[in-house]
Amino acid sequence: MAAPLQRRALWGEAAILVLIGLFCVFPFYWMVTTSLKTQIIALESPPVWLFTPTLANYWEVLFEDKVAPTLINSIIVAVCTTGLAVALGTPAAYALARFEFRGKQDLWFWFITNRFVSPVVLAFPVFLIARETGLRDTHAALILMYLTFTLPIVIWICTDQFRSIPRELDEAALLEGASQWTIFRRICLPLAMPGVAVSSILSFIFSWNELLFAYILAPKAAKTAPAMAVTFMEGYDVPYGKIMATSTLIVVPVLIFAMLASKHLVRGLTMGAVK
Amino acid sequence: MTLRVPRRTIAAFLGPAVAALALVGIAPLLYAVWKSLHYFNLTKLAQQRFVGLDNYASVLTDPVFWQAMGRTALLFAISVPVQIALGLTIALVLHRPGLTFWKTLTRLSLVLPMATTYAVVGLLAQVMLNEKYGVINQMLGWIGVDAINFIGDPTNAFIAVILWDIWQWTPFVALVLLAGLSTVPPEIEEAAKLETRSDWTVLRHVQLPFLVPSLVAILILRTADTLKLFDMPFTMTRGGPGSATEFIAVLIERVGNRQFDIGLAAAQSIIMLALTIFLARLYIKVFYKEVR
Repeated sequence: MAAPLQRRALWGEAAILVLIGLFCVFPFYWMVTTSLKTQIIALESPPVWLFTPTLANYWEVLFEDKVAPTLINSIIVAVCTTGLAVALGTPAAYALARFEFRGKQDLWFWFITNRFVSPVVLAFPVFLIARETGLRDTHAALILMYLTFTLPIVIWICTDQFRSIPRELDEAALLEGASQWTIFRRICLPLAMPGVAVSSILSFIFSWNELLFAYILAPKAAKTAPAMAVTFMEGYDVPYGKIMATSTLIVVPVLIFAMLASKHLVRGLTMGAVK
Repeated sequence: MTLRVPRRTIAAFLGPAVAALALVGIAPLLYAVWKSLHYFNLTKLAQQRFVGLDNYASVLTDPVFWQAMGRTALLFAISVPVQIALGLTIALVLHRPGLTFWKTLTRLSLVLPMATTYAVVGLLAQVMLNEKYGVINQMLGWIGVDAINFIGDPTNAFIAVILWDIWQWTPFVALVLLAGLSTVPPEIEEAAKLETRSDWTVLRHVQLPFLVPSLVAILILRTADTLKLFDMPFTMTRGGPGSATEFIAVLIERVGNRQFDIGLAAAQSIIMLALTIFLARLYIKVFYKEVR
């Protein structure tokens, strides 16, 4: 008697799982299918589910509407800020994991609480500074400002990673006369590569997704893809297919990275609120 | 054992990161404080002058500011409890043993919404919620509900932002709570399940105490992120219609970027930052006390 009951419960559970999955995935399905519709099909009312797909929207947004250069800007900014964050953040994480010094807790706390500062607080003063220094509308301005969230992410993930490396290794090297820098570069950093990889993926995702700094600091030459997508909404005739094609181009790389780092994404997002 | 290292070495390791973060995180903040003490409008630069706390006084007495705050609080008050209720349900389902492959797949799909570019989430809402061409209204039609003008009507636009916030962040809440559930020692959970058949009792008396840290984390993060919320409503409604979806960050962007009143925007953002810090400290004080 217990078996059929259990099986029915299992089916119910499976149904719930499918429902959760659909809830999460359906908007993406709709985004991709809309991107494959012509404007005429996209403006059918009620919407159609079956149609002959076309890649025309992708062609148009990439080459006629200049989305391609903004995607390249996004890649440049996200890669550079991630590289810079790793270069600056891994030594700092190593120091936090290995050395004892006064004010360590406060320093750690300060690094992490950057997560809570809204970009809108920093955007206008930076806008004024960038205007004075000629950094407005350059990649450099965005690369630097994105350090406000990429650097804490790298420090947060890598400090844990360095802590997990056994101290015996450093001590043995120290006895042989190696300097702290050599130990960091030659022994600990190679062993900490998983943490470096995860924090790189996370900081790439967060930089790639950023809109507010990009929108205010980089209106033309250094415009990033999300800022570009916003401008499509201006005007009366809203080109649904093109907007969704641009959206797909923006979202697909992050989704791939997010799947790769799926276990760590939540950890990255909870930075500062959990130990 | 901790190694004794010369201060110079420590400074060399930490210096670059500290300097960089001070440059991009602290310096602009101080500059914002300084500007907030001035009348500073980009279109009227000649009238620039020191006004002391005038900007703060006008923000604190400005109904527009408090309405935006109220809207932000209302969004939080409606969407976060729903996210916690739905998220806890999802987490409990995923926590049950069995159907491992399907659960891995579901967990993978849960990662997608929170990773999605927030600006794109707003654009998706535009497309899916359109009164005539939107698929959501088509689906509502199947169950006999008349088409709803989501974007054009003030109340509906607010509801649409809530729905979209729930879509994007429920999976996050679910995964944080799932991680919390896995901190319950399996022996205790097994023993409790032998004692009672009621899942509710197990949840209330065995699992919930272990979930408190996760719940506090969720409250802190959702508070900070709701106060930050800009991209999604901006791309979806530009704060409209009227000011129906003008949340606090959207208001500050409008004052600074579209009215060019940077002094006032600076004062607003400093007040918002102070509120964020105050709330985070309050949560930690209130909730962690209860655990002890």
